[in-house]
Amino acid sequence: MIVAEGLGKNYTSGGRPLPVLRSLDLEIASEAFVAVVGPSGSGKTTLLGLLAGLDEPSDGRVLLDGEDIFAMTEDGRAEFRVHNVGFVFQTFHLLPTLTALENVLVPIELKGKQVGAREHAEGLLARVGLGARFDHYPAQLSGGEQQRVALARAFANRPKILFADEPTGNLDRDTGASIVEMLEELNQEARTTLVLVTHDLALAERADRIVSLAEGRIASDRPGRDSARPIAVGT
Amino acid sequence: MNAPLRIGFAFRLALRESRHGFRRVGVYMVSITLGVAALVSIHSFRDDFARSVQEEADVLMGANARLSDDKPFGEEITGVIDSLEAAGVPAARVTTASTMVLAPTTGTVRLLQVRALDPGYPFYGVVTTSPAGRWGAHLEDGRVLVDPAVLTQFGVEVGDTLVIGLTRLEIAATVDDLPTDVAFQTAIGPRVHVSQATLDRSELLGFGSLARYEVFLKLPEVADRRAIRDRYGDVFSEARVGYRLAEEQAQSLANGVRFLGRFLALVGLAALLLGGVGVASAIHVYIREKRPGIAVLRCIGAGQGTAFLAYLLQAAWLGLFGAGAGVIVGVGLQKVMPWALAGILPVDVTTRFSLGSAAAGLGIGLWVAVVFALIPLLEVRDVPPLAALRQDFEAPRKRFDPLRITAYGLLAASVLLLCALEAPEPELGLGFAVALAVAAGLITVVGRALMGLTRRYFPTGASYPVRQGVSNLFRPHNQTISVTLALGFGAFVIGTIVQVEANIREDLTLSFGSGQPNLLFFDIQTDQIEGVRALLPEATRADADVTPIVTARIASINGRTPDDLRANSDRDARPESWALRREYRSTYRERLGGGERVVAGRWWDGDQNTEGGSNVGRREWSGISLEEGVAGSLRVDVGDTIVWTVTGVEIGTIVQSLRTVDWNRLEPNFFAIFEPGVLETAPQNIVMVARVEDAEERARVQRSLVGAFPNVSALDFSRVQEAIDAVLSRVRQAVAFLGAFSALAGIIVLIGAIATSRMQRLREGALLKTLGARRSQILTVLFSEYLALGSIATASGLVLAIAASAIVVPQVFEMDYTLRLGAVSMIWLVVVSLTVVVGLIGSRDLLRRPPLPVLREAPE
Repeated sequence: MIVAEGLGKNYTSGGRPLPVLRSLDLEIASEAFVAVVGPSGSGKTTLLGLLAGLDEPSDGRVLLDGEDIFAMTEDGRAEFRVHNVGFVFQTFHLLPTLTALENVLVPIELKGKQVGAREHAEGLLARVGLGARFDHYPAQLSGGEQQRVALARAFANRPKILFADEPTGNLDRDTGASIVEMLEELNQEARTTLVLVTHDLALAERADRIVSLAEGRIASDRPGRDSARPIAVGT
Repeated sequence: MNAPLRIGFAFRLALRESRHGFRRVGVYMVSITLGVAALVSIHSFRDDFARSVQEEADVLMGANARLSDDKPFGEEITGVIDSLEAAGVPAARVTTASTMVLAPTTGTVRLLQVRALDPGYPFYGVVTTSPAGRWGAHLEDGRVLVDPAVLTQFGVEVGDTLVIGLTRLEIAATVDDLPTDVAFQTAIGPRVHVSQATLDRSELLGFGSLARYEVFLKLPEVADRRAIRDRYGDVFSEARVGYRLAEEQAQSLANGVRFLGRFLALVGLAALLLGGVGVASAIHVYIREKRPGIAVLRCIGAGQGTAFLAYLLQAAWLGLFGAGAGVIVGVGLQKVMPWALAGILPVDVTTRFSLGSAAAGLGIGLWVAVVFALIPLLEVRDVPPLAALRQDFEAPRKRFDPLRITAYGLLAASVLLLCALEAPEPELGLGFAVALAVAAGLITVVGRALMGLTRRYFPTGASYPVRQGVSNLFRPHNQTISVTLALGFGAFVIGTIVQVEANIREDLTLSFGSGQPNLLFFDIQTDQIEGVRALLPEATRADADVTPIVTARIASINGRTPDDLRANSDRDARPESWALRREYRSTYRERLGGGERVVAGRWWDGDQNTEGGSNVGRREWSGISLEEGVAGSLRVDVGDTIVWTVTGVEIGTIVQSLRTVDWNRLEPNFFAIFEPGVLETAPQNIVMVARVEDAEERARVQRSLVGAFPNVSALDFSRVQEAIDAVLSRVRQAVAFLGAFSALAGIIVLIGAIATSRMQRLREGALLKTLGARRSQILTVLFSEYLALGSIATASGLVLAIAASAIVVPQVFEMDYTLRLGAVSMIWLVVVSLTVVVGLIGSRDLLRRPPLPVLREAPE
């Protein structure tokens, strides 16, 4: 369960505070699939960054599974992420110097050496259709393949929450669609809470719930039309 | 909850990353390699030399122990030698004197060292002659053995005749290898070897002649050599005779080389530290490129410490590689060194792998790489996880960062420690470290100032490619300052050397110039003065300047004997031992010399009683003038009394004045000058200086001198000038080589800087091409950038070099400073050309590669 209470974030511009998020309240149930949409500058990425504990809010707090993440140190939040959080980025962000398999192994190894880690990572890569590409470097993979490696990496630690920032933004329509399908499948299999930031309304409609932001506030909050699952919890 | 440090993960990541992306950073490691190679080879060779010298100690001395003095041995010493010989100890006398030698066949005259030897010497080692097997011929009547250089200098051959004093000797052979030779002995001047009997017959040695008297002893048992010291040490000391063992001589030789080696090691260290600067700027660029990856690691849960450790390990890994390569190169150089220095070294140096030197080189290289990398590596901690979502996001820099301060402190401490350990003396090392820091700081400041001026005043009307090239210097994260520092440092070292050397050379030419004396006669006896004067061309006779020299020793100061004074426990009040013990070659005269100035007390009026008759001891206290420095060493001032012993007679003096002396003037200078009227009839020996313009005429004077006055020697200053020129050239070459070492390190840093910014440059070039830039325009951009970079860097170094030499020349060498603009411009031209050439070669990719693939390459 993700809870944001009175979440606010100001940036300073020209010596004056520029509010990006204004006292936002949001609750996301476990295993829910929530899409966050809104025009550029509405605060989508800022919200994602705050929910994942990547940045500190100006006001309010975020509870992940009941824990106030901003009561932790930065390293404490990193440790929390290792165990509970996965990420998928618009620009894939694979480590260019590591092979596909090694990229998937990174979060597992960060958690500490585990028996069967390699098999688990290989299984995940096979699951996203890259069974024959373990030893390929990111530069040797297409954009869609790189994002699939990123998906495998995101699920490597069986996270409770997965944050996805425009995961199809850098891909063509067909590739993007296949990635989303895979994301949904993995999400359901792993029973992960998925928070997805996107510009793509068609993609957002596949979510259980669509939170729409405008000028740092929630403008609307409604169920997705194409959702395969009923709404779990709403506010 | 806090993120634990995941060491295993950091190790694995570092290992995986090291497969890639090291190529560009790796260039920097070449500078670590260079520095470590220098250190390892110098350290190892130092050890090899010390060991080889010690192994060959007996051969180097030609005996096991030696007695030496600069006057004939007195009765006590002769008695000791006689009793040793009676006890069966083989002893050989060796007498060395400088004298004029004439080759009648070519009419050439030269000042040579004549060595008169007893049979048996050297007791150890094999002497090589050509024709072979002729060592010993010098003991035959009428025969002489000569150094090969004698043949070339005189234009004679084996079988020809040399006139030495009153004897005519046939050259029996040349001595090609005398194992007792130490490089610099033969550098003083070539030698001829004769028997003691020949020396006696030549009548070379008159009263007070400059000669060295030695007796070599064969004492194979160490205990015996020591026993002699125990038994006769006091006798030797009382007679001021030196007693030295072969192993002690070897030790001091080794120490000399060790000292030199330590100076060279400092240069190696400077190159290594410049390499460190390169490493720091490489890691800075590397970390900037790795930012997105680090941000992702942070996102998925790597703590600051884990990410930092992963990259620290990579830097250490690189440092280890660079240092390891340096050790291999260094060991290779160690093997080459004895071969390269074969002609100069006194012994055959055997090389042995020195684990200590190799390990020290590896450790120092690794440490320098890590400690310099540490500062830019701290940026890893500042990469926020949010940068994965927003690439341009920068976390605000902390004002007070204890880790950053610690890293800088560690760097400073490391540099100080390494310099202190490598230098001959720790204080010298600390001074060197401070000088390095000041030089580096000033070059950076001047470099920044020049960059600021360029930015501000660069003509806006210049063509676009030129403006673009110059503005590239100010590109964010560009390594302009570190390249300026590295190149500027090289220019600084070379510039300073060239300036100082040019000024010394000019000053010396002036000293030997017109109007100055160019012939010096020494060892003239009093009754020979007019005879020697008569040999000079008539016009110059009147100007020939005669200076009497009387040797005197200190008997007491203010009533206290030297032994008494030396026993004083107050260090500040105790006179320095050398000044108390030395034999003072003094003179007496009425007037101050041209290079002298009275700084305390007053000079005597010149109306003293100088009429004939022995004045020695006639007046109770006469005046004396001391050189300021020696007065300080003796702890005396105007008004103090000194009693001197002159050939057994005591003379009481009062210090009337203190003088400064310009020791650089080529004329006889003295620590102590007596008031006229006291020493006139004391045994003395005369020095005469004259100026004879014509070289032919000078040669004639020297030839006739050999025949007329065999005991008198002449020194032709034009030869001295040649010798000094040769020495200066050698010194310049050696130091310039070291300067080139720094410049090379600078070029490596430049190559590294180009390599690390390659991607950025490629993208810029591709963009320019896409926008329609022609090849020639891109070439102009590159040319302008490297021309500006090279100019600013070199100018920073040279400005400092001019300032340093303007201080060093007057302060250290006490000479007038003149700016040598020609030499400075030449250095500028060479370093700038090198920068442009290296820059263009390094950027040739930019011209060659088509723009599209470059623009499509994802940023790493």
